[in-house]
Amino acid sequence: MSLSLEPAAERAPKVVRHSDGAMRKFLNVNRASIGTLAVFVVMIAIFAAANPTVFLHWPIYSSVLVTLPVALCLVVPLVFIVTVGEIDLSFPATMGFSAWIFALVVQAGYSPFLGIAGAVVTGMALGYAVGALVVLAGLSSLIATLGMNYMLRGLILIVTQGKSIALLQLQDTTAATLLSTDLFGVPVQVFWALAFVVFAGVLFNHHRFGARVKAAGDNPDSASQMGINVNNVRIATYVFMGVGAALAGVLSTMVNFTWWPTTGDGYLLPAIASVFVGGTPTWGGVGTVAGGAIGALIVSFIQSGIVAAGLSGFYVQFFNGLIIILSLIGHRWNQRRFR
Amino acid sequence: MPERLIELKNIAKSYGRVFAVGGVNFHVDRGEVVGLIGDNGAGKSTLIKMLAGAIAPTSGEIIVRGQAVTGWNAARSRDAGIETVFQDRALAVQQTIVRNIFMGRELTGWFGLLDQRKERSEAERLMREIGFTSKVFSPDSIVGQLSGGERQGVALARAIYNKADLIVMDEPTTALSLTETEKVFRFVRAVRASGRSVLFIGHNIHHVFDIAERFVVMDRGTVALQAVKEQIGTAERLISYMEKLAHPQGTASYDSDQSISGSRA
Repeated sequence: MSLSLEPAAERAPKVVRHSDGAMRKFLNVNRASIGTLAVFVVMIAIFAAANPTVFLHWPIYSSVLVTLPVALCLVVPLVFIVTVGEIDLSFPATMGFSAWIFALVVQAGYSPFLGIAGAVVTGMALGYAVGALVVLAGLSSLIATLGMNYMLRGLILIVTQGKSIALLQLQDTTAATLLSTDLFGVPVQVFWALAFVVFAGVLFNHHRFGARVKAAGDNPDSASQMGINVNNVRIATYVFMGVGAALAGVLSTMVNFTWWPTTGDGYLLPAIASVFVGGTPTWGGVGTVAGGAIGALIVSFIQSGIVAAGLSGFYVQFFNGLIIILSLIGHRWNQRRFR
Repeated sequence: MPERLIELKNIAKSYGRVFAVGGVNFHVDRGEVVGLIGDNGAGKSTLIKMLAGAIAPTSGEIIVRGQAVTGWNAARSRDAGIETVFQDRALAVQQTIVRNIFMGRELTGWFGLLDQRKERSEAERLMREIGFTSKVFSPDSIVGQLSGGERQGVALARAIYNKADLIVMDEPTTALSLTETEKVFRFVRAVRASGRSVLFIGHNIHHVFDIAERFVVMDRGTVALQAVKEQIGTAERLISYMEKLAHPQGTASYDSDQSISGSRA
C-alpha cells in the first residue's frame, strides 16, 4: 500500500530545523541536566576560590556525601511525580514511617534485610494510599499530600510518644557492611544511591512507564484517548515515590544506627528544590532524572560549602535561595514550552 | 455482502436528563467511506467518542465483527482495529514524533524496555508514507515545533500504524489549507484503496460529499438520514436537506420536492 501524499516537488526540504550531529543531539536532549551541571561547576569554583585549602581536599566532599544518598533517593522519584503533573509533600512522613517499620523489625530481632523489605512494602503501600487519595478522590495533590504528611507524622508521634529507637545491634552485621561503611574513602551508601538513580533514569528514558508518565503529564486527555490509563500511571508515580522514601529512610537510619521520630522531616524543601534546580519544569510532560540528581548534589553542597568558604551559618539560607532562583532563571532561558 | 466491522445498536448517551445521543443505530462495513454530518450539537462527536471508547454509552450495544463487546474503553477500541484521529489531534506536544506515534502502544522488548531502534525506523517509514521528508524532520523532532498540517500528519501516521480496519477522522480538514486538505483526501482514498474503512466527520458538506460513498446525517442526537451517494445525487441536494433539518418551517426558498429516498433510523 502506498500512502504517499505529497508530489515529489513538495518533498524537497523547506527549512533544515535539526542537525544530524550526534554531539549536538546529545547536548540538545540533555540541555537541562548539562545546564545544571554547569551551575554546580561554577558554584564549586566560587567556593574553591574563596577557600582553596578546604575545597582542594577530600574531607569536605566526604562530609556532603553522607547526606547526599538520602537526598538522591527522594529527588529522583519526585521527578516522576512532577513530570506526571502532580506534586508530593508527604514523602518525609512516608520516609519516617517506612524507616520506623525497618527499626521495629530489626528491634524485634529479625534480619535487617527483612526490615528493608518491610520498609519498601510500607513505602509502596503508603505511596499507593496517597496516590489513590489524590487521583481517585480528585483532590489537589499540593494540599492532600500536605495533609497526609501531617497525619502520618502525627501517627508516628502518637504511637512512639516521640521516642527514638537505637539499633546498636546493627553494628558489625552484614547489613552494616553493605550500607554503612566506606569504599575507597566514599560512603558506600553513595554507590547504592547512584544505582537507584541509574535504575530510575532507565525507567524514565527507556521504559514504557517513563514514556507514559511523560505522555500523561503532557496531555492527559490525549493519553487516555490513546488507551493509557492515566489514573493508574499517576498512582504508580506515588508508589515509586514510596519506594524511594523507604530506601531513603533505611539509608538515613543506617548512618547512625538510630531511628528518630522526626526522620525525614528536614528533607521536604531541599528535595523539592533539587527537582526544579535540576531543570524539571513545573508544568509536567518533561523532566530530567540526571538533572534532578545533580540538583540534589548542588542543594546538599550549599550548606557545607558556605560554612567551609568562611561565611557564618547565617548566610546559608540566603545563598540557598539565591542559587535556587538563579537556576530557575537559567532553566527558564534554556527550556522552551510547547503548546 | 461486505463484512460488518462495527455496529452500534440503539446506542444512547445522556448527561443527567439531557440526551447527547438518543438511541442511534449505526454501522460501518469493511472497505467503505462513510460521511457523518450534522449541525453543531447533533451528537456527532459524542458518537465517535463512544466508538473510540473515550466515553461510555449510557445504554445500547456495541458489536464488533458480529461479537457483542463488554467493558468497552479506549484500549479495547484500538485493539479492535479502530483508530481515531481526533479533532484536536490528541498529540502530546512536548514529546517527539516517535513518542506520539507510539503513545499507548509502545514497542517494547525485555521487561517493558522500549525498543527505541524499531520505533524509530517504523516512525521513519510511516512518515515517508504520509509524505514527510526526513531531511526536514526527524522522528525525534518535538511535535510542538510542527505546523498544523504537519501535526495532522503525525496523527494520521499514528492511525495507520496498526493497520486499523476503521479510521475515524473527526473534522480532519478544519483549519487546514487547500493543499493540506487535498493531502487528507489522498490519505482517505489510499486507505480506502487498501480495503479499509474510513468514517469521515465534517462540516463542509462539499468535502464530505466528495470523499464519502454513504452518508449518515445526525440531528439533535438521532440519525435523521442514512443514504448512499446515488440516492442523494448531488452535494446541493444534501445541503438543502440539511437546511430543511435546521429550519423545518423553511423561510428559505428551497424546492420542497427535493426529498431524498434514504432510510430513517
